[in-house]
Amino acid sequence: MDAEIDPTSATHGQRWEIEFRLLIEAIYQVYHYDFRGYAAASLKRRLRTALVNFECRSLSQIQDRLINEPGFFGLLLNFLTVPVSEMFRDPGYFRALREQVVPLLRTYPSIKIWVAGCSTGEEVYSLAILLREEGLLERALIYATDINPQTLAKAQAGVYDVDRIAAFTDSHQRSGARSSLSDYYVAAYGRAVFDKSLRRRIVFSDHSLATDSVFAEVQLISCRNVLIYFNRDLQDRALGLFREALCRKGFLGIGSKESLRFSSEAGAFDDFVPQERIFQKRDPA
Amino acid sequence: MNAGICVAGRIDAVVMGASAGGVEALMTLLPALSATFNLPIFIVLHLPRDRPSILADIFARKCRLPVFEAQDKELVRPGTVYFAPPDYHLLIDKGPQLSLSADELVHHSRPSIDVLFESAVDVYGSRLLGIILTGANEDGAEGLAAIHDAGGITIIQQPESAQVKTMVISALIRNPRSEVLDLHGIAALLGTVAEAENV
Repeated sequence: MDAEIDPTSATHGQRWEIEFRLLIEAIYQVYHYDFRGYAAASLKRRLRTALVNFECRSLSQIQDRLINEPGFFGLLLNFLTVPVSEMFRDPGYFRALREQVVPLLRTYPSIKIWVAGCSTGEEVYSLAILLREEGLLERALIYATDINPQTLAKAQAGVYDVDRIAAFTDSHQRSGARSSLSDYYVAAYGRAVFDKSLRRRIVFSDHSLATDSVFAEVQLISCRNVLIYFNRDLQDRALGLFREALCRKGFLGIGSKESLRFSSEAGAFDDFVPQERIFQKRDPA
Repeated sequence: MNAGICVAGRIDAVVMGASAGGVEALMTLLPALSATFNLPIFIVLHLPRDRPSILADIFARKCRLPVFEAQDKELVRPGTVYFAPPDYHLLIDKGPQLSLSADELVHHSRPSIDVLFESAVDVYGSRLLGIILTGANEDGAEGLAAIHDAGGITIIQQPESAQVKTMVISALIRNPRSEVLDLHGIAALLGTVAEAENV
């Protein structure tokens, strides 16, 4: 009889796997956030951290609170998403944008850029500063999207710990800077507050690569260290959105350890600056 | 020959972690592996985060097994050595396949040994061999405990033989029941894996 089965006869790993899948399904059904296509290994690791933080014994306890406790999902979401970002991370990437992509962007009367999965906004401000330096910010519009409203609010505020600024400044200089990073922020009380005028050309918005569709045509998409958190199917979906959103011969930049190699969308893009993972949408003609 | 641990037929994968002194330790272990060694080996070696790594190239020239820097979503192949790339965590996901993450540093490190070991436990369960080598921080101690708790085999480099002892001593304090071997003992043990598979 089933009633006779001792649940502990399943290994801890098997029970964990069941609870994990149920939790992800519950999040989808109740909150319509779709983590079902996320790479499980990273997600599981972050859920372990959440267990410790919320002092829950099991994922089932997390699920109970998720379904029955208002406000809990907002707290959990901060563990499910990855609030790790830096300004001018991989300076070579920004140098390649500056030297090889910007000259082509310059030919458009109005420039539209999408930073997909912008987290707390460091990369958005990096691009805004780069465009300002190149004299293009005033005719540019940057769409900065993320699934987590709390990190989006942080991105919108543009306030970072002052002790991170030294590293940001170093990376900015190595990206081929034409100005000093200190031109763009005011430091006070241990915080660096970035210039509001950068923000005038940025639109922050809630958008999910897992469930939403294309909202604009853009010439450049920067989506770095987001695809590594997706399984292959979800990567294909996201890359399909990028293909649709990009104008003819538009540009796509991804993370330094990400690749299009395993994607069914690989054929939609050509290498542009391969060592910096910058691609160009293939012209079907 | 060494403490009587038998690994033959009991494991499907090997994970190793090291930091300071790790290149030299791995130079003793990896080139000694025979071409018939048919399990995957995943390695986190702490490195500067801001420059590309040449580890895979260096070891590929010295080893009989293929050696690669891990690529995201790549399917795991047997008899292959994978190094975590600098500034990314390496995790093992179902498939089994490799998975990279840019999550927070763990023990001031990315890649982190704990992250690799704990994710490998989810996939390989008790059929995992974990090895902690020389190093200067405490990364790896928790990951090794996760392997032990899942019924896997855990080995710590003998502190006297480690170039820097912090990592192995932290691992020993957390995992007092691990096997302790010097590099030659570890090499010999790994040698038995290949032999057993070729009977």
